[in-house]
Amino acid sequence: MKSVNHHSKLSRTLLSSLTFLFVFLVSFSVNAQDVDAERQKAGRKLFNANCASCHKLDKKSTGPALGGVEQRRENEWLKKWIRNNAELRASGDADAIAIYEEYNQSNMTAFPQLTDQNIDDILYYTTVGNIGGGPKGPEGTTTTQPINQAPKWLIWILAAAIIVAFLIIGNLLKTVSELKGAPKTPGLLGQAAELWEGIKKNTFLHVLFVIFGALITAYVLFGTLFKVGVDQGYQPVQPILFSHKIHAGDNKIECQYCHSAAKHSKHSGIPSLNVCMNCHKNISEVAEGTQVVLEEGGRVVGKTELDKEIAKIYEHVGWDKDKLEYTGNTKPIEWVRIHNLPDFAYFNHSQHVTVAGVKCQKCHGPVEEMEELYQYSPLTMGWCIDCHKETNVDLKGNEYYAKIHADLAKKYGVEQVTIAQLGGKECGKCHY
Amino acid sequence: MASNKKYWQSVEELNDSSVVETLRNTEFVQEIPTDEFLGDKETLEGSSTSRRDFLKYVGFSTAAASLAACEGPVRKSIPYVVQPNDIVVGVADWYATTIADGFDFANVLVKTREGRPIQVMPNKEAGGVTNARTQASVLSLYDSDLRVKEPRKGEAQITWADADKEIVAKLESLKNANALVYLMTGTLASPSTEKVVADFVAKYPNVKHVTYDAVSESGTADAFEAMYGMRALPNYDFSKAEVIASIGADFLGDWQGGYEKSYAEGRRADTGKMSYHVQIESNMSLSGANADKRIVAKPSIQVNALIKLFNAITGQNITTENTPIDAQINKLAQDLKKAGSKGVVVTGINDKNAQMVALAINKALNSEVIDTEAVNLTRQGSDAKVAELVSDIQSGKAKGLVTYNVNPAYSLTGFGEAIKKLDLSVAISTQDDATANATQFTLPAPHNLESWGDVMATAGKYSLVQPTIAPLFNSRQFQDVLLKWSGAEKNYYDTLKEFWSTNVLNGASWNQALHDGFFMAPVVETTESTEETSNEENVSGTVNVNAAANELAKVKSTQFELTLYTSTALGDGKQANNPWLQELPDPITRASWDNYLTMSMADAKELGFTNPVKDNGAIDGNYAKVTVNGVEVTVPVIIQPGQAKGSLGLALGYGRTQGLKKEMQVGVNAYPLYVDNKNVQYNVSVEKVGGTHKFACIQVQSTLAGRHDILREATLKEVNDKSLDPKHTWNQPFMVSYDHQETEATDKKVDLWDDHDRSLGHHFNLSIDLTSCTGCGACVVACHAENNVPVVGKDEVRVGRDMHWLRIDRYYSSTVEDKQYAEGVAMTMDEFKAQNPNIPNKDIERRYTEKVLELSKGDLFDALENPAENPEVTFQPMMCQHCNHAPCETVCPVAATSHGRQGQNQMAYNRCVGTRYCANNCPYRVRRFNWFNYADNKEFDFNMNNEYGKMVLNPDVVVRSRGVMEKCSMCIQMTQATILKAKKEGRAVKADEFSTACSQACSTGAMVFGDVNNEKDTVAKLKEDRRAFYVLDYIGTKPNVVYQVKVRNTNEA
Repeated sequence: MKSVNHHSKLSRTLLSSLTFLFVFLVSFSVNAQDVDAERQKAGRKLFNANCASCHKLDKKSTGPALGGVEQRRENEWLKKWIRNNAELRASGDADAIAIYEEYNQSNMTAFPQLTDQNIDDILYYTTVGNIGGGPKGPEGTTTTQPINQAPKWLIWILAAAIIVAFLIIGNLLKTVSELKGAPKTPGLLGQAAELWEGIKKNTFLHVLFVIFGALITAYVLFGTLFKVGVDQGYQPVQPILFSHKIHAGDNKIECQYCHSAAKHSKHSGIPSLNVCMNCHKNISEVAEGTQVVLEEGGRVVGKTELDKEIAKIYEHVGWDKDKLEYTGNTKPIEWVRIHNLPDFAYFNHSQHVTVAGVKCQKCHGPVEEMEELYQYSPLTMGWCIDCHKETNVDLKGNEYYAKIHADLAKKYGVEQVTIAQLGGKECGKCHY
Repeated sequence: MASNKKYWQSVEELNDSSVVETLRNTEFVQEIPTDEFLGDKETLEGSSTSRRDFLKYVGFSTAAASLAACEGPVRKSIPYVVQPNDIVVGVADWYATTIADGFDFANVLVKTREGRPIQVMPNKEAGGVTNARTQASVLSLYDSDLRVKEPRKGEAQITWADADKEIVAKLESLKNANALVYLMTGTLASPSTEKVVADFVAKYPNVKHVTYDAVSESGTADAFEAMYGMRALPNYDFSKAEVIASIGADFLGDWQGGYEKSYAEGRRADTGKMSYHVQIESNMSLSGANADKRIVAKPSIQVNALIKLFNAITGQNITTENTPIDAQINKLAQDLKKAGSKGVVVTGINDKNAQMVALAINKALNSEVIDTEAVNLTRQGSDAKVAELVSDIQSGKAKGLVTYNVNPAYSLTGFGEAIKKLDLSVAISTQDDATANATQFTLPAPHNLESWGDVMATAGKYSLVQPTIAPLFNSRQFQDVLLKWSGAEKNYYDTLKEFWSTNVLNGASWNQALHDGFFMAPVVETTESTEETSNEENVSGTVNVNAAANELAKVKSTQFELTLYTSTALGDGKQANNPWLQELPDPITRASWDNYLTMSMADAKELGFTNPVKDNGAIDGNYAKVTVNGVEVTVPVIIQPGQAKGSLGLALGYGRTQGLKKEMQVGVNAYPLYVDNKNVQYNVSVEKVGGTHKFACIQVQSTLAGRHDILREATLKEVNDKSLDPKHTWNQPFMVSYDHQETEATDKKVDLWDDHDRSLGHHFNLSIDLTSCTGCGACVVACHAENNVPVVGKDEVRVGRDMHWLRIDRYYSSTVEDKQYAEGVAMTMDEFKAQNPNIPNKDIERRYTEKVLELSKGDLFDALENPAENPEVTFQPMMCQHCNHAPCETVCPVAATSHGRQGQNQMAYNRCVGTRYCANNCPYRVRRFNWFNYADNKEFDFNMNNEYGKMVLNPDVVVRSRGVMEKCSMCIQMTQATILKAKKEGRAVKADEFSTACSQACSTGAMVFGDVNNEKDTVAKLKEDRRAFYVLDYIGTKPNVVYQVKVRNTNEA
């Protein structure tokens, strides 16, 4: 939950008025000026560690919303409930039993280890809520429009005008001198015409020209044709604006937490929605101030829109976030596939991830920095082969390689053989 | 000996060698049929497309294609919403289940990918054996054309609830009226289902359950019941046999389920012991093809032979006529007597008397081979009961009929019409077949691979059936339907579990049984008292047997006798809409997409039937009108070497039309000739009628190119004689002269190429034992499934464009020896050899033929014709040999085919430009050119052209596009997967861990795959075996497929 704590001091001071408003809404009794930041911090820490998986401040989750709970319940009752709610229920407390029934008889963990001070801190936090939040200030976005800078085309026009002016002046001067009786010389254009006549008659230049032309054409054609089907940089619009930066970057979720098939299978696997729901059952909205800057046009997507993106998961998986239950109306997400290998090329993730220990980023690039995922590598055969030729096989502790590697190293006279020497360059290893 | 054998592929080679010559010259010339459209002047002139327009179109389409290529298609990736626990995307799961469709029963393992079954393999732990049909059953699962998708009443769709309500109401009213209702099923062999049926019958006492086997073994069951007091078939363990006498029983084919596994176990040449198998038959069957001695006899003579054996062994004296094969039968009787309890007699005649005689012979021999306790329960039908059912339904005595996965409207003449008169008719059926279309209600039943269930094919061995995919259509299991109608609360799954825990498991774990796919019930020791009673029965049995034999002896020979058989591909015809099976060539005739009348060469000559060969390798045939008991059927004729004179053969299971794809509506329905469920019909008349039939027969398409020494054979005596050095006698490598020294052609010195270093890493070899290969074709279908081999259809097969990566070549062989001696020639070959010591061994025969016998090559074949009346048969599975010095690799202009370090000849389809040079240069004829896009092409409307059929494709192997060459890859995707598994687990590859689809599918153990650099792999030893040889070794290709010499037990001391 790093993005929750992602607020700079500057933004906090800048937006104290917003904080005031927020806190005011949560609680009428506490004045914003009175907030004890230390206590709030301690409470928040405890809340996040112990309560956040089932409770939220402002809405129902597995358990009830806790914002302003002190107004609704006695402090003593709360302490009893928190320390051991089962005991409280067993004692026949009507309120406790009512809550238990209301939340589908789900047992709340007992927290006998929390001191009175701890509980008070937590309750303090639930009362004052979060300090800060809100969108980042203008220093967050970069302005791309250069100020007070003439457009480039104007410079070119001016330069052309100057040249034309010089030519006119030169011509005028020449005409004047001719009028004065100087011998008539062929003009600039006339000289060019003569030169052109010469070129037209020169066979050597013809040959040179043809060769040169052919080379250029071949180069361009070759370059173009080789790019056909190479989709490096392919960044399609996905049905859900999923940011790898927020998940893998900011929150440091392991790649293979979601792409768990990568270590077992040829496919890395797109996580099924139940994997998303492991976290998003509780995270129905992004933290205040989270934003995604889209590559295209630099559009900034803020909290309101991002929350709608999370809501899309709920829609697909059939999760009613108000009732907190699955409806059974599921609708699979149709992601747009980014990394497309042709059918005739076989690639196996587990070979690279599990056996070779290649980092995902080696082929997929800095995914943790990508707001929107794109194809980082060309995925051409040359690109594969290059890596196979350069990479030494890491065989430590893998008994499979023990014998064959020793033999091969002896054969090639090297200490460590490359993948290509191991046979990783043979056609049939990838084409079948 | 071996050198006197001549191998040939077809009768045409013998009759008219010029055709073969032409074929050889045109084998690779496949001209573009320009004449077809250019030659037709009218059409050409009538066309509105001028040359100018044509060029415009070409230009436009080129431009459009290049533009289209710039923009890649958008591909979607759709993950699960909730991923099932046991599925990792891209990793196959295997489930143990059982195939039981009433005809084929097998313990199998099913490979599933992302919840889709894609392959069926034998469950070897459970002793499972798969044949071509069980292998192909996974494709029938996805048969969206033939499967029933929704419950129907007449033509109209109906909900299950409504159907239940209406049918139960009707059943109740019939029950109240005490009107007879038949429940007609195939052999269920399912203990729990039988209980469900019994409960249903208890609820509706007016219901009578009748088991109907389309291809009946009722004669055996009747005989067994008479002698042993239990209605079942005896089981056989041919691995214990020393002498096997089979009279018309194709026990390596479909006879009583097939016994190829134990048969092959009893014929391991390396142990020095082999059973001696004598087959007396009229059609050339798989068993006959594998037999050590094949005695050709038409059915009436077979009956005679059976009685003679009975006389000789039991000492009875039933009078029979004398026949030409008497001497051979007497010899066989002596052999059997000598073998005693190690001898066995089986007969395929579906007749109670004949079967009783056979059982009595086995009893007299005290045969260990036959098992009368752990009996075979795979055919439970009774001809008498079926006959009663048919007459009750036709007479109107029965008012209702419920069928389950049987198709009597197709296999019983006139039954479809009779059904329509009934008050209630319901078909619970997987297939929307003729019966399902004749009944009032049609209820979809799930496919075997979508069902729960249990099977007891052999008494005492319980097998479980579990679903490997969620039902594709709105189906409900037969058992669930009956439970519902009986008003039971529980569903079938719970009933099954309860049944197992109370009756089967005896406290053992259900989950373990489900995991294993089978459960062996503890053997119950038979008490003495039961033995005594069985002895009493035996006494009474002996009396009956004499009567039976006397009855049997009344069979009189007629001019033509027809034997109806089931083909290796289609069996009883249940899977007739399965393109893999339709395209599977018959192991003997090598014809696919057809059934036909097989006829002996002599009869064909007499009646004027021919099989002319076209110069593109296609075979034509004439039609014959066959009349049995007043029923006429017109079928094409194939002349079959080894067919008994006066006998005819015809396969059942073809000629289905209802619900089948047009391409699959091939052949002729032979069931109308299957009068009284007798597989042998006497008093048959044949008459030639007009018309030419076009066969899709691949037998002459790949010529031998004059290399008639493609096989090696030896006798058991030779192999057992340790004093013989095989290299100089029965497994002689080809010798060449090198530096004036006789050197083996495979020697390194002789080689044109430098040798690769093959000692590093893995080096894969496949060993194929020609002795164990029965030609069953399971490997061919397994290869289709594993490697996404396309089906091309009848017309393409006809012109030699079949795509089989693995084919099983069938060679006939006969010996010219006799002829030479008989004609009193100037000298024998041995003498000739002694006089001309300079002539190399391989040439001796040719020179001898030319010089001494003064025969040309064509004449030599003529000399072979007589022996061809009963040729020996050898099967040789042939696929890419993965030559270490591959001729195909050197001729490829784009290096699309290259050699891997692990021994595989690799084919990079994306690199191939389709010159076909490689195919032309391949001496083994194993490369297949992909002429068309077979996927997504309406012209080839098979499984790769519809959404359901595509689900069977193996996602690890590419579907090839048109214009590329393809061939066996030695299942490189499987070897790579095995290696990856070992790497991931950080260990060396275990012994015999590598496998290919064909080696996995092989039930007899003829195909063994492995790494020869791993000493512990079986194949490493097989490669060095005395019997090992390479096909066409003298070409110097150094193949990685090694064959084991075919050994025949000639029964010499």
